[in-house]
Amino acid sequence: MEMVKELDPALIKRKRNGQINIKSGNKMDAVVKWTIWVLTALTILAFFFFDYTGLQLERAFTDTLHNIRVMFLEPGLSHFSWGEAFYQVGVTLGLGVLATIFGAIIAFFLALMAAENLSKPWLSNTVRVVVAFIRAVPTVLWVLIFAIAAGLGSEAAVLGMLFHSVAYLVKAFSESFEEVNPGIIEALRATGSSWWHIVINGVLPSTFTYLLSWTFLRFEINFSVAVAMGAAAGAGGIGFELFMASGFYFDLREVGFITYAILIIAIILEVISTRLKERYFPSSVKTR
Amino acid sequence: MDAKQMRKNKWQTTIFLILIIMITYLSSFITKFNLIESIATIPAAFSWIFSNLLITQESLEKLPQILEKLGETIFMSIAATTLAAIVSLFLAIMGSKTTKVNQTFSVIARFIASFSRNIPVVAWSLILLISFGQNSVTGFLALFVATVGFLTRAFIESVDEANQSSVEALTATGATYFHMISKAVIPQSLPQMLSWILFMIETNIRSATLVGILTGTGIGYMFDLYYKNMNYNLVALITFTIIIAVIAIELVSNKIRRVIL
Repeated sequence: MEMVKELDPALIKRKRNGQINIKSGNKMDAVVKWTIWVLTALTILAFFFFDYTGLQLERAFTDTLHNIRVMFLEPGLSHFSWGEAFYQVGVTLGLGVLATIFGAIIAFFLALMAAENLSKPWLSNTVRVVVAFIRAVPTVLWVLIFAIAAGLGSEAAVLGMLFHSVAYLVKAFSESFEEVNPGIIEALRATGSSWWHIVINGVLPSTFTYLLSWTFLRFEINFSVAVAMGAAAGAGGIGFELFMASGFYFDLREVGFITYAILIIAIILEVISTRLKERYFPSSVKTR
Repeated sequence: MDAKQMRKNKWQTTIFLILIIMITYLSSFITKFNLIESIATIPAAFSWIFSNLLITQESLEKLPQILEKLGETIFMSIAATTLAAIVSLFLAIMGSKTTKVNQTFSVIARFIASFSRNIPVVAWSLILLISFGQNSVTGFLALFVATVGFLTRAFIESVDEANQSSVEALTATGATYFHMISKAVIPQSLPQMLSWILFMIETNIRSATLVGILTGTGIGYMFDLYYKNMNYNLVALITFTIIIAVIAIELVSNKIRRVIL
């Protein structure tokens, strides 16, 4: 292979002193540099826009350090029992499971419509735009909006979380579908298979493990979302207990206990999903 | 694949499906979730959304106020992400296999990252709220801590992926540790890291809304206020401005990503 290409001398840009300017025309470096500068400027600006009502920085820091020490070194329960705590963690996990499983089922069909190799361009684009729109609304807003229609409770929480799960999984699933070897689809099409045959016998077997891994990754996210929904939207579960313990009872030991419970579940889920990623995903695929 | 193997696979799939159904059933039992009822509420919810979540002329008068709060939220998430990125860079260099100074620092860095990542941002904001009170700094710190955890993991991956040979080449020429980091590791992983930072800014704007509801700051507080007052026209307007902001930031960062990656 010829590695060295002849360069037209007119194309070589030089500095004023005759040195060859090796950085000229490198758009990538310029963009990287500009992005960093803009982000730095915005960060500095940000501190002028903050609302500092009632902030006593020094006291707040020492208090927080003290609080954290109490929380993590002397966790304990006072308003509910161990059994209750397990039950509430179960509720949060349950909300996550339901949103993930229903989300995965809906996302599967939508992703078939969104995948370019299985669908028509107009349909694929429509699904993508709708999904981008859904994703832009924070989950908590979906839950609160649904809570008006469905009443506060697990239905509103699951439906609200479902929206984001669907949006996330449609993107992940459709990308996996698009990576299916075109030869498989072509071969099936040549034998006169219908579209459903192609999906069930060609696409599904070769992407099944991907779909499962993505679904589990979403479950990991949905667990922390479920905690958040409990705290911010009154959806119940351990998140709601956390909100009550810190906001109403000011019981730091209980906050500590609940935080530990969340931490343990989250770490278990993370370990499993890291294993899944290492096993099934090539290094090019990243979680988002 | 022979017949025996196929039959085994079929069994595995069946057992797997039964397991999934059982877990779903158990979850609906624990959470008192009623599938039929919730399916029935979807049309009702959408007809409610389309008849009540309307932006009226009246609500537009509040737009300047809303935009100010939205600006505060966007600034909060950018500042939290950028500053967290600086901390994460140090932690990642300490934690990565290729660039670690020694085993102890590496373990400490990974521990800090895991600890701050796995405690949800809600928990952080509730913990900080107790002594920081209702202001932007609480939300900023909550986002900051959670972002440090996430970005450190992402950065460690980027640093690990950096080409080993250039590190080796620099070491061979007698470059110091800092030379090696600044000339070999960072230039190689910078685009990847920037991409993660941009992703995190998008995520943080959504999280900032949630944190705002809890800590009483920014656009989240506005939403919560009008939501509780049942002023749904303003709720619609606020939701709409958030959507516009998130999509705009997503488009910009996709453009940047296309050039740098």
